[in-house]
Amino acid sequence: MGDIVSSTVFEPWEDARAEPLIRFRNVTKRFGSFTAIDNLTLDIYEKEFFALLGPSGCGKTTMMRMLAGFEHPTEGSIELAGRDIANVPPNKRAVNMMFQSYALFPHLNIWDNIAFGLRRDKLPKLDLEARVEEMLKLTRLEKFATRKPHQISGGQRQRVALARSLAKAPKLLLLDEPLGALDKKLRQDTQFELMDIQEKTGTTFVIVTHDQEEAMTVASRVAVMDEGRLIQVATPDRIYENPESVYVADFIGDVNIIQGRTSAVGDDTYSIEWAEGQRQLNATSATSFDNGQTCHLAIRPEKVTITSDRPEDADNAVQGRVHDIAYLGNLSTYYVELPNGTIIKAQTANTRRISRRSFTWEDPVWLSWTATAGVLLAN
Amino acid sequence: MTRLSWFNVVSLTLGFAFLYIPMLILIIFSFNESKLVTVWAGFSTKWYGELMQNEAFLNAAWVTVKVAVMSSTLATVLGTMAAYVMVRGGRFMGRTLFSGMIYAPLVMPEVITGLSLLLLFIGIGLDRGVLTIVLAHTTFSMCYVSVVVSSRLVTFDRSLEEAALDLGCSPSEAFRLVTLPIIAPAVISGWLLAFTLSLDDLVIASFASGPSATTLPIKIFSAVRLGVSPEINALSTLMIAVVTVGVITASLVSKRAMVRQKQEEQAAARVT
Ligand SMILES: Nc1ncnc2c1ncn2[C@@H]1O[C@H](COP(=O)(O)OP(=O)(O)O)[C@@H](O)[C@H]1O
Ligand SMILES: [Mg+2]
Repeated sequence: MGDIVSSTVFEPWEDARAEPLIRFRNVTKRFGSFTAIDNLTLDIYEKEFFALLGPSGCGKTTMMRMLAGFEHPTEGSIELAGRDIANVPPNKRAVNMMFQSYALFPHLNIWDNIAFGLRRDKLPKLDLEARVEEMLKLTRLEKFATRKPHQISGGQRQRVALARSLAKAPKLLLLDEPLGALDKKLRQDTQFELMDIQEKTGTTFVIVTHDQEEAMTVASRVAVMDEGRLIQVATPDRIYENPESVYVADFIGDVNIIQGRTSAVGDDTYSIEWAEGQRQLNATSATSFDNGQTCHLAIRPEKVTITSDRPEDADNAVQGRVHDIAYLGNLSTYYVELPNGTIIKAQTANTRRISRRSFTWEDPVWLSWTATAGVLLAN
Repeated sequence: MTRLSWFNVVSLTLGFAFLYIPMLILIIFSFNESKLVTVWAGFSTKWYGELMQNEAFLNAAWVTVKVAVMSSTLATVLGTMAAYVMVRGGRFMGRTLFSGMIYAPLVMPEVITGLSLLLLFIGIGLDRGVLTIVLAHTTFSMCYVSVVVSSRLVTFDRSLEEAALDLGCSPSEAFRLVTLPIIAPAVISGWLLAFTLSLDDLVIASFASGPSATTLPIKIFSAVRLGVSPEINALSTLMIAVVTVGVITASLVSKRAMVRQKQEEQAAARVT
């Protein structure tokens, strides 16, 4: 084991000397005249749990298939451990994929499904058996070894698919929407299980998902994609707290977007003209804005405080009426309508029973947030 | 169950009578005591006994079975390969033309197929015998096999093959270890189809056969031209029995296997 400091902070992408395991260099993939991946450059490091996040059809599966070797870049190159893999066929790559459809072999039982890849490696019989048993144990499938894929549940099948792709101990494991078919509870359990397995085996995982919560939970870094392009690649907390564009802010979690025009007040503080007859808003921003530049202020609902009285010395305060309330059990989201028609969401934790709730429909309320609560975005 | 109206009953009876009365008469007269085929003179199985003594018929039967086994096996291998390339080969030059050409023999008049084969065999100086009949039967039955197999391959989940490649199979291993076991019922029913087609065939076989080898249908046909004998009736009854049993078991076995496999495959693939 290395020294404690470096093992607690895992940030190879910050280290200029670190060699990436996967390197996409200006990769473009076209299907006929349709561009599925558009001049994409990306480094993924060893032992990362890398999540690809984006709407359906943005090219996530295509990226995975290029890594597995089922599709080839039209332009650009992909390197795995420093080697261009353009001419390496799928069966010669140290990469395994868990398919979106699981693709379990229906004519083989669970044991043989897991052993399938190991048999291709001509592993000695005893080693092979030990490895399969290990995988069965890891995915808690010991009891189902002799069943056929159609005799087990969806969640179990998903674990078989995982075990089968992990069995060969690949350098890189590709997971294409692995948890899509599971219900929420099982999904959360499996997410933790995946993280656990990833930690135990030290394999590099690339996971595709269209569920932002899932990406935030499991990933060391998240790439937000749209129409074949990377919009932002960062750690989950940076993606959430410091989105670089309205698209990312809107895609990850719930957000209020207020459009306006900036004027500089201090070094990195700005006041924002945003609606006729409304007080200007105050916000800080690390990136600089010109005076009069169009900007979007993105504020998460949980950073907006809702009160019945006007808050003293708040950086930003606006008055409105409760338009709607979404009760989520542990949380409530208040949709507050401002006099000019804008709706702003504010979220509070429900620490009291519902009957003791302080606001109801049509109540006049004040919303407030600090100057550092939101992010100022140019586009 | 709904009750059939009288109209349906009549149409059903008429239709089936039309189909089966000729065969029924043939079967009944195969048990006729008399040598005259049209006069009933009591029940007897003596023609079956005599059939067993008839060297020429037994020889022809043996040739027919040999030809059917060999040609259907060859046709299954070739037809499956052709189907695989047509369904999986992607878009190569002239793919549409090729797949059209594979099916052309289905609609080609048998006389023409037979004649062109005959010309070919004469052209390359091949003596007509068992070998030429096998080749001729392979030629026309492989397209039936490829129709059956490709209709199965179209519904085959491609990602299963990709998973096999991903786990380290070469393309040929993926075919042998994953694709073939899964499409096996279709391949078997293709084989059975080719087998029965070869058993039945008269026209093409008569072009391709020579003095050294005759198949049963040819033998029957030429015997009948000299006059129908109860022996022929007995032989035909036996052939009907063999084909019936064969077709029924084949369709039962392959249908059940196919239904079961389809279900398993669908269940194993996640519904998304
Ligand atoms: N083999 C193909 N031929 C043509 N278009 C394709 C093919 N594969 C994917 N596409 C297109 O590329 C785009 C990206 O697909 P995909 O990578 O599957 O998206 P997703 O992010 O939902 O996984 C889609 O618009 C899809 O229609
Ligand atoms: Mg996809």
